[in-house]
Amino acid sequence: MTETKTSENRPSEPRNGVIGRPIDRIDGPLKVTGDATYAYENALDGTAYGYILGAAVAKGRIAEIDTAEAERAPAVLLVMTHRNAPAQPDFGPAVTPTVPEVFTRARPALNSERVRYYDEPVALVVAETFEAARAAAGLIKVRYDEAPGVYDLPGHKADAYAPKRTNAGFETDSVVGDFESAFAAAPVKIDATYRTPFEHHNPMEPHATLAAWSGNELTIHTSAQTLANFRAGVASTLRIPPERVRIVSPFIGGGFGSKLIAHADTILAALAAQFLQRPVKIALTRQQMFANAGHRAEMIQQVRLGADTDGRLTGIAHDVWSATSSFEEYCEQTAVFARSLYAAPDRVTRHRLVPLDINRGEWMRSPGEAPGMLAFECAMDELAERLGLDPIELRIRNEPAQDPERGVPFSTRNLVACMEEGARRFGWVRREPTPGRTREGRKLIGYGMAAAIRPNYIGAATARVAIDRDGRVTARLDMTDIGTGTYTILTQIAAESLGVPISSVKVELGDSRFPRTAGSGGSWGAASAGSALHNACNALKQRILEAAQSSEASPLRGANATEASFADSEVRVGQQSAGLADLIRRIAPAGFEAEGSVAPGATTESYKAYSQHSYGAHFAEVAVDCDTGEIRMRRMLAVMGAGRILNAKTARSQIIGGMTWGIGAALMEQTVLDPRYGHFVNHDLAEYHVPINGDVPEMEVVFLEEHDDKANPLGAKGLGELGVCGAGAAVANAIYNATGVRVREFPITLDKVLPALPVIAI
Amino acid sequence: MQSFTYERAASAEQAAAAVAARPDAKFISGGTNLLDLMKLEIERPAHLVDISRLPLDRIEETAEGGLRVGAQVRNSDLAADPRVRSRYPMLTQALLAGASGQIRNKASTSGNLLQRTRCPYFYDRNMPCNKREQGSGCAALQGFNRMHAVLGASEACIAVHSSDMAVAMSGLDARIETISPGGETRTIPIGDFHRLPEATPHVETVLGHGEMIAAVTLPSPPPGRQVYRKVRDRASYAFALVSVAAIVETSGDRIRSARIAMGGVAAKPWRATEAERTLAGAAASDGAFTDAAEAALAGAVGHGGNDFKIPLAKRTMRHTLAAAAESA
Repeated sequence: MTETKTSENRPSEPRNGVIGRPIDRIDGPLKVTGDATYAYENALDGTAYGYILGAAVAKGRIAEIDTAEAERAPAVLLVMTHRNAPAQPDFGPAVTPTVPEVFTRARPALNSERVRYYDEPVALVVAETFEAARAAAGLIKVRYDEAPGVYDLPGHKADAYAPKRTNAGFETDSVVGDFESAFAAAPVKIDATYRTPFEHHNPMEPHATLAAWSGNELTIHTSAQTLANFRAGVASTLRIPPERVRIVSPFIGGGFGSKLIAHADTILAALAAQFLQRPVKIALTRQQMFANAGHRAEMIQQVRLGADTDGRLTGIAHDVWSATSSFEEYCEQTAVFARSLYAAPDRVTRHRLVPLDINRGEWMRSPGEAPGMLAFECAMDELAERLGLDPIELRIRNEPAQDPERGVPFSTRNLVACMEEGARRFGWVRREPTPGRTREGRKLIGYGMAAAIRPNYIGAATARVAIDRDGRVTARLDMTDIGTGTYTILTQIAAESLGVPISSVKVELGDSRFPRTAGSGGSWGAASAGSALHNACNALKQRILEAAQSSEASPLRGANATEASFADSEVRVGQQSAGLADLIRRIAPAGFEAEGSVAPGATTESYKAYSQHSYGAHFAEVAVDCDTGEIRMRRMLAVMGAGRILNAKTARSQIIGGMTWGIGAALMEQTVLDPRYGHFVNHDLAEYHVPINGDVPEMEVVFLEEHDDKANPLGAKGLGELGVCGAGAAVANAIYNATGVRVREFPITLDKVLPALPVIAI
Repeated sequence: MQSFTYERAASAEQAAAAVAARPDAKFISGGTNLLDLMKLEIERPAHLVDISRLPLDRIEETAEGGLRVGAQVRNSDLAADPRVRSRYPMLTQALLAGASGQIRNKASTSGNLLQRTRCPYFYDRNMPCNKREQGSGCAALQGFNRMHAVLGASEACIAVHSSDMAVAMSGLDARIETISPGGETRTIPIGDFHRLPEATPHVETVLGHGEMIAAVTLPSPPPGRQVYRKVRDRASYAFALVSVAAIVETSGDRIRSARIAMGGVAAKPWRATEAERTLAGAAASDGAFTDAAEAALAGAVGHGGNDFKIPLAKRTMRHTLAAAAESA
């Protein structure tokens, strides 16, 4: 169930509009009937099919590659290797000069005989059919000069270095006061080291591209979260102007951060299509996605907390050692949230990297908070137990009055309200504080909770909106809907702003010919694109009103515009009103068009003056089988304070999706890197476990009503990833409460709790 | 996937003859495992003989009071058959614990028995694997072997057989009927059907090339209560870490007989005959169940990542035996 509860952050105006309503997805019927066309389903005359052959070793060079048999195979059009691939720029340094260049840099493929990671593309076969291409790829013989590589984070922790920055440009370290002295003096301490594993995004739709050239114009149908990144990345790699690249991605079958930049399918399809002068289609196989489409890196996290005997934190330290790639750095901002969540006089957070001979990690749902809070919020649970305090009470005692890192007030922060409301709804009072005491039959039952925090980002975005003589509204922007409900919430925003029914609004996304946005990622999509569209609608209304006042044909000529409103498909000015469509027919038969934009959040005065985050509290109940150690979820609850909710249904879906990620991170998701061969061993969905329906219990989501007027004109804040933040820690804390076993190595599989479970009499 | 030719068999005899005629031919039925392996070129048959439409899809009563299950009966249909549900509940439980609904709708009875291991090194052609490529070595032995065998393994191979159905069938003393290219038939007790790896892990059953499974016969249901317990990393769609199929016949407080098979521990469904012997005539007690579990795992050897399977199998067996011994 979903509910919206009123809290102190009431909206300043009554809202009777369509924003917030739990309307069904606009694109739902298209998707369930198969009429939504995904990248690989696009059909162009003369399309050829590519298949990528990956390296059989993780480090070394291609000594010999024999493609003769593959070239002779039926229906084969092209075998591309480093010997005949078009010239591309060198990959370049491991760290780009600036943060944005991470997204736009050239990502050459098949440009060298060197092998940098296991399953790196070494050849592309293009044929008349997918089957012919794949069969021919099996005929290529490659001999490698293998070089010794490093594939083991814990074994090379001593080789760690401090990067210049973390993802998104956050500082690598933060130091406030003197943590070591404070920690030494603290009467109550926790010093716990957690390990979080490699994880893979595994969106349902694999990475896929259909590339087609028309003269020197390149059109790429692909599955992209951020069109501008793909455009820039392809242009850099092919050394052509970005204006000659069009990216089309109207439907995306999930991305989770793995589709923020172009991967080998896109680059190779573009190169092969140019080479053959035919459209070329390439998809990564599920297995290839594990090496070639990003991952979350393995980490070791040490959390040290010092507190006085009343439970007030005196020192906080969060140290992270993460695996990275030897050729391209990625430092997840794992400890950054700890700079804003709780206050202590002496604090330190640090990020260190251990280079391995693997592909680069990429942004994976809730980068930073997902692994960071998994560790840190467990440490808070450990501290609460040591203090003999309820975990919620511990957090309430450490609720800061202002942002501890930046020293500015919060725009909104309802963490305590989320925890208290959650405790009431979940029946937290029934939690037995002593672990291992609650049994039902042969199941041990436990409750756990954790806090959630996620920064509110706004990316630069522009939207264009037009209205025609029939009152039909069309909004266009290069935003994407990766399954989150973007089509729907943008439709709601335009409908409410212009006072027209949902059915009169058409939102068109996913085409780089439309005005540029920041795309989908980092939970910034709705607020960024939504604010741009909101501003575009305001500009459109202004334009309509100006014409309505001045046009001779207007029934509203000369009316006072300061009292104007758009509602019920009418324009009202003072006591006068006119039907919107009728008005436009009279004053502008060609209709009106307007654009609106938002600037990146970090550049605004409001962002500088206020700490802007979304908050929440997660609650979980688990049952652990006494005989087998099997851990199964019983129920979960999330109470969220994330600004104005744009659509209660799609917002809930985002949160329950995030909570499901929390289950996965706590209980099952792990990719095993073989330290001998450097390959991800369990690289398919049979062996890489994500939660299936049977693992997902009853989930309740509650939104505290908020309107964050500091965040943006809509009052909305980033939401999607908040569902992940802390969710896994709530599960882990419930497992501890159930069993008394504190597992600090994720995922918490049954083998890790079994040895400590009592043998209960039959 | 390499190109192959395809024919649809007209009869069981013709199917067997068609495969026997070519060393590079294979039977295909539901294809839920073979096609995956062909895409990865782990299986590279040049010719496929489709037996899925042969009239081997019936479940019939036998004279001895059991059931004869045609080789082409789908897993879903076998699980749902009212006679199986009432007389062999353990088999229904095992089937429904396996794979997913979609896969069970396609997978055949014979194909389930013949499915190949899910060892991830077997699935990656760049890795050493004696099962896939004789003499290349075993990457799992010193590698990621959390899912692997603790019983009956060898230095050459520690892979497990992943079927749930076969474990229940093992506990039920099923017999496998085959037909050979010449039309002759034979009956193989399920315990003799799969081979342990020893030095030849690529040879997984006693079937000859072209010999086709026609049916699986279940003897009349043994007395006692049947329980199938599968332990896995998630609630569904996961292979067994360990599973236990148990039939315990009690008389008053004593156990008259027990049949126990284990899954997820060996290259074949593992019949725990030592455990069965310790239970026969024993008091139905925690101690007896614990002793049986100890006996069942007495020869177990872990390889690091799968060490936990030994205590897990013992605990699971103890509890499953207790559940089966509850007033039947």
